[in-house]
Amino acid sequence: MANLVGSKVERKEDKRFLTGKGQYTADINLVHQTYACFVRSPHARAKINKIDIAKASSAPGVVKILTGDDLAKDKIGGLIAGWKIVSQDGKDMKVPPHPPLAKDSVNYVGDHVAIVIAETLEQAKNAAELVNVSYKIQKAVVKTEDAMNSDAIYEGIDRNLCFDFLLGDKGKTDEALSKADKVVKLDLINNRLIPNAMEPRASIGDYNPSSEQLTLYTTNQNPHLTRLVLSAFNAIAPEHKFRVVAPDVGGGFGSKIYPYAEDAVVAWASKKIERPVKWVAERSESFLSDCHGRDHITHVELGIKNDGKMTALKVETIANIGAYASLFATVTPTYLYAPLVIGLYDIPVASCNVKAVFTNTAPVDAYRGAGRPEAAFLIERIVTEGAKEIGMDQAEFRKKNFINKFPHQQCLIHNIDSGDYAAHLDKALEVGDYKNFENRRTQSAKKGKLRGIGFSTYIEACGIAPSAVVMSIGAGVGLWESAEVRFNATGNVSVFTGAHSHGQGHETTFAQIVGDRLGVAIENIDVIHGDTDKGPFGMGTYGSRSLAVGGTAIAKACDKIIEKGKKVAAHMLEGKPEDIEFKAGEFVLKNSNKKKTIGEIAFACYLPGQYGEIKSPLPTGVEPGLKETAFYDPVNFSFPAGTHICEVEVDQDTGETKVAKYTAVDDFGTIINPMIVEGQVYGGLAQGIGQALYENGHYDESGQLTTASYMDYTMPRADNFPQFKLDFTTTPATSNPLGAKGCGEAGAIAAPPAVMNAVIDAVGTDVSMPATAEKVWNALKKKGTKKVAA
Amino acid sequence: MKNFNFKSATNSKEASKLASGRATFLAGGMSLLPAMKLRLAAYTDLINIKKIKTLSGIKVSSKSLRIGATTTHSLVSNSKEVGKSIPSLAVLADGIGDPQVRNRGTIGGSIANNDPAADYPSACLALNATIHTSKRKISADKFFKGMFETDLKKGELIESVEFEIPEKSAYAKYPNPASRYAVVGVYVAKLKNEVRVAVTGAASCVFRSKELEASLSNNFSASVIDSINISAKGLNSDIHASAEYRAHIIKVMAKKAVSSC
Ligand SMILES: Cc1cc2nc3c(=O)[nH]c(=O)nc-3n(C[C@H](O)[C@H](O)[C@H](O)COP(=O)(O)OP(=O)(O)OC[C@H]3O[C@@H](n4cnc5c(N)ncnc54)[C@H](O)[C@@H]3O)c2cc1C
Repeated sequence: MANLVGSKVERKEDKRFLTGKGQYTADINLVHQTYACFVRSPHARAKINKIDIAKASSAPGVVKILTGDDLAKDKIGGLIAGWKIVSQDGKDMKVPPHPPLAKDSVNYVGDHVAIVIAETLEQAKNAAELVNVSYKIQKAVVKTEDAMNSDAIYEGIDRNLCFDFLLGDKGKTDEALSKADKVVKLDLINNRLIPNAMEPRASIGDYNPSSEQLTLYTTNQNPHLTRLVLSAFNAIAPEHKFRVVAPDVGGGFGSKIYPYAEDAVVAWASKKIERPVKWVAERSESFLSDCHGRDHITHVELGIKNDGKMTALKVETIANIGAYASLFATVTPTYLYAPLVIGLYDIPVASCNVKAVFTNTAPVDAYRGAGRPEAAFLIERIVTEGAKEIGMDQAEFRKKNFINKFPHQQCLIHNIDSGDYAAHLDKALEVGDYKNFENRRTQSAKKGKLRGIGFSTYIEACGIAPSAVVMSIGAGVGLWESAEVRFNATGNVSVFTGAHSHGQGHETTFAQIVGDRLGVAIENIDVIHGDTDKGPFGMGTYGSRSLAVGGTAIAKACDKIIEKGKKVAAHMLEGKPEDIEFKAGEFVLKNSNKKKTIGEIAFACYLPGQYGEIKSPLPTGVEPGLKETAFYDPVNFSFPAGTHICEVEVDQDTGETKVAKYTAVDDFGTIINPMIVEGQVYGGLAQGIGQALYENGHYDESGQLTTASYMDYTMPRADNFPQFKLDFTTTPATSNPLGAKGCGEAGAIAAPPAVMNAVIDAVGTDVSMPATAEKVWNALKKKGTKKVAA
Repeated sequence: MKNFNFKSATNSKEASKLASGRATFLAGGMSLLPAMKLRLAAYTDLINIKKIKTLSGIKVSSKSLRIGATTTHSLVSNSKEVGKSIPSLAVLADGIGDPQVRNRGTIGGSIANNDPAADYPSACLALNATIHTSKRKISADKFFKGMFETDLKKGELIESVEFEIPEKSAYAKYPNPASRYAVVGVYVAKLKNEVRVAVTGAASCVFRSKELEASLSNNFSASVIDSINISAKGLNSDIHASAEYRAHIIKVMAKKAVSSC
């Protein structure tokens, strides 16, 4: 059988997606179903004087209207922050209560105030307009930079400060900076992004009063954790009476990791009215109430010696986490960010201080890359400025400072197992035809365009994460993964994973792994995920962890199958288990021509008795059936890295920037399916370039989201991109048996600094993200950049 | 969206009669339906005018090009007659929205809506158009009154738009990167008796640029534009572009338009 791993196997799931047969939450309709509409706050910050539901309750078709008071009466808990961060002064972070329906105050536009449930969606919406909420409007805290100098939004949270976190040794860093020959300083903004998954969020609560079972169908990246959180903290239902199903999910990018208020409320409401309650977000609700991403303000200083060696890095960041601390909101700008601010460079000392602040804006949480794009942006921006300052070529300066011995214990946290950074840099220089850049610059100038080039040699940490490590730094759960490989009697295989696919193509990639390990044809393997009633508890998909952690669990379960198969085969072939070799789907007795296929073994395992001629195949002590479960707790993070080189052309008249050429050479460790990996890189690049040039979540001074639709929020489109040039280098991860490092976020991490470095190279002065035409035009004006002659 | 009655008219008269009370015309629905879906607008009756045969079609004479109100953007952009007589108009139509929008959206709907960032209003002003309605003829100069506001009276139906065929003309659009409507669109036309320059997207309503018209009347060439001062006063300032930037882009687009004439 040909190797499946490493080949471009077509995605098994695409047939149903491309023919419109996907089963998304919104496609599910249940008997006796009701429809929900949420009443949301139109104000960024207000006290609730009174919620009058009298008129709305008597509107046609209304089944029930519930508010925060009803939640409190039923003792339904608030949404939680899942990761405890400790401030420099040793004190725990401060988080406000986050009731799924507002109790006394609302804290961002879109905050949930009431749920209106009716027989039809139109009736629910009509009645929602009649819910009369009397607000006392208060002055909103909107801007990241103002938060610490504004009135406290919540009692007891001074300066709106959630925590003041420090990683690294600040004293030593300052000392090293004072001794450096040159210190480069930058002030950076990492703009707020709105995730915009193609499928808006949706949830259906379905309570069965007979079995007392509650089912929640929801657009979620990790149904098991959602069930755990909603059971343990929100008291929606005990875990054994609670099933969470995340069917086909149309993109998440982090925004669907967490249980949201709507999930808790429709599940609880369904229990109360003993009917299914369905809610599907409209796009405008997604803009307002999906967790947003990024939103940092950062000051960074880099110390360099005259010979080009970097000596120290100091980072000070204010991270806006919005109105409430969402599930991963506190880890994203700390442990997912701070350890990586030194990038893939051998910088001996560094410190990173992060102050997380509350504002009256939508909660900010993990978004594709989660902390790592913010880290890559600052280090790749300042390294670029550093090279200019020292007068070295961008590639040479980077090479001089690369980590080049592995494993490498960096000065912050990570122990980096493997990599070859010069390899991907060299390959990118070649693939991107670096040596002829100046010719291309001249060609662009002939068209009257300014051409710039930008580098990004990034690293990220994926495959989260060793449970003991993460729990020692505040995680509320361990981040292992589970798998169950179930041979059916007829020889086909059902694979259950705790990871969740919402665009990643697990049904294919995981089947490739199983197919190769067990020697089963890929069409006879089904990967099942997204239903807490089916597979074992798992931790879901985010942080490019599915393959490195979930894939490894699957591989381990396969190994257990083979081990048991050997015992059974030995018994059937009248040999010893240690003399059985398993290869390409066959158990072969050494030094003989006796063998059994894995299908025969599976069949035998399910027929342990005597049947005609067939004697029981099972040796004594071996249980019937062929099904194995494995839980895998990773021993380390994995560290994908790569070099991206971007070239842009800037129109001098309008300031418009176009990406003219983009080269990405990534090291993702072992690649299972190159086609899927390329797809992941393409998508990540689109998001990363989107952040650099187009996207911006913007609130006005009163806290209204002014980019709450595609009329105003610039989603990049296909015509914004050139054909990307992709290539790969490979250093397998040593931390997992697959050698996989993760690829899902790389594009979104690497692209923003590559693009911005190119823009700044073209313009000749700093520009903040997104580099909109007007900003670039202003920068050109201010700088007085000489016009190239057309 | 709130429920409404859907009625189809077969002629202009019937359409006007049906459009009483909280009723309105429905053409392509590309502007009306999103507003209703977002509950920014609600009507008891929508009067479908796409069944009125006489409202769709393109006619050229030696002096003018007449486009029926329900003619879609894609028909205009692909029309041989338009391509020959006023190619810039075909270019404009081809730059509206995406193929789905162009296959449904109509010229009548676009100008009746008078979105400050819409493209067609600039063509009407620059090409000295006459708007033929169920009641009268209105010159484009009098038609566009303000943001989403026109001279149309309740129940008055646009039947066709008649454009003067220019000697030369061109439209240059600087699209909003998010919506792809015009941040600034400049339509330049050298007509038999005058030069007209209409600007859309930049202010609360499409307008004619006196400064550009004066200079270009003297010398119809891109080079004269550099020395013109376009004031930012009265121009829109929003998250997409400041008034100063718009003023600058008016010049850039005007140059581009004149150069491609
Ligand atoms: C995604 C998207 C992108 C778009 N991009 C652009 C763009 O780039 N540039 C641009 O200019 N436009 C753009 N549009 C708007 C598009 O051109 C619409 O088609 C147009 O504005 C309205 O035309 P309609 O036929 O759809 O009118 P409808 O939506 O049916 O009607 C609009 C209004 O006009 C009235 N009306 C319609 N026909 C008549 C008539 N004959 N007489 C009197 N009143 C009438 C209706 O009662 C209603 O009030 C875009 C629209 C969408 C959805």
